[in-house]
Amino acid sequence: MKKSIVFSTLLLAGVYSFASEITGYIGLEGRGFLDNPIHENQKNNSLSTSLSLEYFHDFEDDNERIVATGYARKDSSTDGRDHFDISELYWWKGYDDFELYIGVRKVFWGVTETSHLVDVINSSDSVENIDGEDKLGQPMVSLLYEQDWGTVELFSLTGFREPTYLGANDRLRSELIVEKDLTTYESSQEEKHIDFAARYSHVLGDLDLGLIYFNGTSREAEYNKKSVEGKDVLAAHYNQVEIFGTDIQLTKGDYLWKLEATHTKPKSDSSYFSQVGGLEYTFVGLANSDADLGIFMEYQFDERDHAFGQNDLALGTRLVLNDTQSTEFIGAVTQDLDNKTKFISLEATRRLTDTWSIESELRVFTSVDSDDSLYDLREDDYLQVLFKRYF
Amino acid sequence: MLSLHQNKKITSPVITALLVGLLSSFAFGSTPEERGLEIAIEVDKRDNGYNDSTSTLEMILGNKYGESTTRTMRNKTLEQPDDGDKSQITFDNPRDVKGTSFLSYTHKKGSDDQWLYLPGLKRVKRISSSNKSGPFMGSEFAFEDISSQEVEKYTYKYLKEETLNGRDTYVLERDPVDPKSGYTKQNVWIDKERYIAMKIDFYDRKSSLLKTLTITDYKQYLDKFWRADKWEMVNHQTGKTTILNYSKWNFKTGLKDKHFTKNSLKRSR
Repeated sequence: MKKSIVFSTLLLAGVYSFASEITGYIGLEGRGFLDNPIHENQKNNSLSTSLSLEYFHDFEDDNERIVATGYARKDSSTDGRDHFDISELYWWKGYDDFELYIGVRKVFWGVTETSHLVDVINSSDSVENIDGEDKLGQPMVSLLYEQDWGTVELFSLTGFREPTYLGANDRLRSELIVEKDLTTYESSQEEKHIDFAARYSHVLGDLDLGLIYFNGTSREAEYNKKSVEGKDVLAAHYNQVEIFGTDIQLTKGDYLWKLEATHTKPKSDSSYFSQVGGLEYTFVGLANSDADLGIFMEYQFDERDHAFGQNDLALGTRLVLNDTQSTEFIGAVTQDLDNKTKFISLEATRRLTDTWSIESELRVFTSVDSDDSLYDLREDDYLQVLFKRYF
Repeated sequence: MLSLHQNKKITSPVITALLVGLLSSFAFGSTPEERGLEIAIEVDKRDNGYNDSTSTLEMILGNKYGESTTRTMRNKTLEQPDDGDKSQITFDNPRDVKGTSFLSYTHKKGSDDQWLYLPGLKRVKRISSSNKSGPFMGSEFAFEDISSQEVEKYTYKYLKEETLNGRDTYVLERDPVDPKSGYTKQNVWIDKERYIAMKIDFYDRKSSLLKTLTITDYKQYLDKFWRADKWEMVNHQTGKTTILNYSKWNFKTGLKDKHFTKNSLKRSR
């Protein structure tokens, strides 16, 4: 019945291309921690399930689109990771000279592998993973103008999405947990402050260039220790900041040169500079096989003493087998150059069938210095295996 | 009447010989290299002017044990007035790569520009095009086999004429200009009447026969452009095969440069 309705709608659409579809996946994730926990009630193993559902609908001769994406996670052992998010819920329209987006979106900016400095639009969904690649949907109105001399995007970000925080029973949490009720904002409009962002990007032959500007509520919190009923907790404070940044990639033969840099100017604090940059080289057809082996090096620097990547060197390798199952391995060691702290990350992905895939990751924190920003994670080495069933 | 007839009988072989001599030095270069290049230019010329095209593609990967996997993708191409084509491939299956899209600007000279869109991360990555010898999606087709075949990407040598599947063909050798190519040479069988490739033998870096591509089920569109529905690649060294089945060809659909940018790549579905 439903099928025939869809089919007749398709026929009615006639010459106009008309598409809509619901897709998504169910994820089954197991995590095993290799060391005993520091805090009470933290467990060594966890199982969790996630669901991602995505709907899109193209109409008006493909000049308009509606997208809706929902994401949910349920964890077996803790409740800090349980959440639901509307990652996308927007309407897009393409005009002759520009494009308009209204609604909740995810926007990724950047080129580097080990840190994402210019990716400033969306707040982190920190309970998902510590790599900062999982984001919450951001409500916005945005305009995109594409010309021969480059692409300009303007964003009015209508309201701040507070990042998710891990709970007391979760592994990989900070020494003190963040108490959400204590969150404060520099702006009197608090999370309702409307932020502004802009991006200019252009491709000049081998060079992909981006310039970014952001003015509004910082996506990174400043944490202050507070005492609630005799218990120490952290309170997040979100400053108003202005960010100028750039992302550049030069693609020359087997070499990729990458740089991201930002200059952040808090409204009521001194400004600071951050950068991550390096290169990646690929040995194509390793030892006469189909496999490609890439090696990369990225140097991270931040003027703030206690930032992640304040003076760190990351060395990594990427092995792509180019087989039917698209098997890939990525490994990286990040060494703090001021102390002995090392962070090791290994990731492997492989397709199992047309609809199933497996992703695994191993993360190890070793020789963690008590002054390092990773100190709280020193006993949280883990191995994660994720099965995804797509539909 | 009779004398005229007699005359014709005598002169016609002479004229034919003269004409053939004239034509071959005019239409075809005097050296095998010139002749090969002229045939390649004619192949390219006859396919000029389609503006843009879209199609869907089914890729069947087979191993030597007879097991096979199928993937599906959509393809769109835009002709450029003074350069190689722009093209975009979007995957529909397998599901873990659904929505992943590959954008390529082919250049007549120098390396191509390529970007990959990863829908999970909403990220567009510029990728190195020097991996042209690498397999495309785990298939027996290398990136360089599926990218736009610009005349300037090879040097040519006319080899011979041969009959293939009942059709008269020119056999050319073409040598990739780019040192990053996985091939030392390719032998191409080109239909004499339609100027389309019917078969290609690929020779690896050690000059031994690596793969054979057979292109069949050609159909003509807009009374001009020939497109094959079936491309079958056999790897002689591993016994693996890949079959490409094209369908739903459309031409002059109104695609423009703005449909082949990093921005439009992010909107691909």
